[in-house]
Amino acid sequence: MDMGKDLVAASATPLVLAILAEGDSYGYAIIKRVTELSGGHLQWTDGMLYPVLHRLERQGHVAAKWSASENGRRRKYYRITKEGRAQLKAQRQQWQVVDGTLRGIWMKAITA
Amino acid sequence: MTTFADSSLEEQIAQWREYVRRRQALHGPDVEELEGHLRDELVALTQAGLSGDEAFLVAVKRMGNLDALSREFARAHSERLWKQLVIPPDADQQANASYGGMLVVLALAVAAALAVKVPALFGIRLSPDEELPPFYARNASLFVFPLLTVYFVWKRGLGLVNSLWLALPFVAGAVVANFYSFPQGSDTEVLSILHLPIALWMAVGFAYVGGRWFGEGGRMNFVRFSGELAIYYVLIALGGGVLIGFTFIMFEAIGMDPAWFVFCWLLPCGAAGAVIVASWLVEAKQGVIENMAPVLTRLFTPLFTLLLLVFLATMVWTGNPINVERDVLIGFDLLLVLVVGLVLYAASARDPQAPPDFFDRMQLLLVVSALVVDGVALWAIAARISEFGFTPNRVAALGENLILLVNLAWSAWLYARFLRHQGSFSELEQWQVAYLPVYSVWAALVVVIFPPVFGYR
Repeated sequence: MDMGKDLVAASATPLVLAILAEGDSYGYAIIKRVTELSGGHLQWTDGMLYPVLHRLERQGHVAAKWSASENGRRRKYYRITKEGRAQLKAQRQQWQVVDGTLRGIWMKAITA
Repeated sequence: MTTFADSSLEEQIAQWREYVRRRQALHGPDVEELEGHLRDELVALTQAGLSGDEAFLVAVKRMGNLDALSREFARAHSERLWKQLVIPPDADQQANASYGGMLVVLALAVAAALAVKVPALFGIRLSPDEELPPFYARNASLFVFPLLTVYFVWKRGLGLVNSLWLALPFVAGAVVANFYSFPQGSDTEVLSILHLPIALWMAVGFAYVGGRWFGEGGRMNFVRFSGELAIYYVLIALGGGVLIGFTFIMFEAIGMDPAWFVFCWLLPCGAAGAVIVASWLVEAKQGVIENMAPVLTRLFTPLFTLLLLVFLATMVWTGNPINVERDVLIGFDLLLVLVVGLVLYAASARDPQAPPDFFDRMQLLLVVSALVVDGVALWAIAARISEFGFTPNRVAALGENLILLVNLAWSAWLYARFLRHQGSFSELEQWQVAYLPVYSVWAALVVVIFPPVFGYR
């Protein structure tokens, strides 16, 4: 499925925050998790994740730390912060409103 | 470390890394993060059975368009497009090296500031109510230039023992400036005050180029350094002016007069220390910020060309002769200095390989019109020089005019050759840097020979 750019961009923040809420992670693993969760329907351009992570870091929603990885290179790990969790909660409510509204109108279209 | 056995793959990664690094919005750690991602992807793809080349193609493609990526990075880190002044871009790696350097700079700046106060220990005091003792003016460059030389000796790793000969010009300068018996306010003393810094700047230059005066690009880099230093110094001086202004406003508000502090300490010590700090800034920000001197050159070359042409046209139209006043020669000297500066800094920023363009024609026009204006002025002055008599000021001004005239005449010739595709631009650059010692040697002559020849008047 070819998703609109704006929709992908808008969903990136809640997705990344939700994945980090499951546990600390790093860029490559986050992308793999997104693909896995969406059943392959949500394909990001890999590089684009990093500006999103950096913006979240700057806003204080995630914290980052360089530490050694299993392959010996250092890797930047991201962790969700308290502010990040609050943000995730707020985003979740907003998305539920959008989801609920769309559901409502589409159900009507089917029944009509 | 995941290194791939496939050495061509490692090579491809290295090339990719270099390519990504050139992006301004991407800093060292970002590139490292992206490279880590690329490697993870490559491991997964090769394990899935792809060959090294195939895996690399896929992984790079998945990473996405680099232009779009760096645009996103720039949006997330907007400050990065404003080049950083003090903190080098790879702050992590260079932090330790620059910390040590900073201490040396700080120590030298403090030393320069204190050096200004040493004469006070011997009774030559500064005072807000009295005129500046001529001792300070005569020795102005000697307070700072030796320390600046020490800085470059240290920075270029020359070794103090090997560079002891660099102390000779300073010792000679100090002897000449202080042991000639100038009467108060004599012409030769003023000339000595003005020319000693020019003569000694050469010694600083030798230290700057690390003793390899004729080395590749050494002299031109020194020219660039001098221009940037002047601009930084002016900027720091402006800040210092604001500081002094506030010192007065605030202390006068509580009924105190800070004049003694400002004129005995803040101003002289700050002026001396700022030279070292400005030099360090110029060195530290090389390549971090666009050079200003060439930008100003580009801006003002057309304006000065216009000024000179309009001046010539007006003179021809009205027939007004140049009014030969006493100091008119100095005015035209300054004009030539300015034009030489414009030529020099245009050359310093130009790619010698580039073909002639509109700006080069403009430069030639500027040089030729300056030559014509100066020629007219010299003609007017020569007619009456016997009337004035040969004072030290006039001989110095005439000498300088000739030196600059020779430089510009030959520059014009080289420019013309270059524009007609008969010569290369580097000939002009060579000529300009080869000419640099002439200024210092002439200045040294004025300092050393003029006072006794003209009987210290």
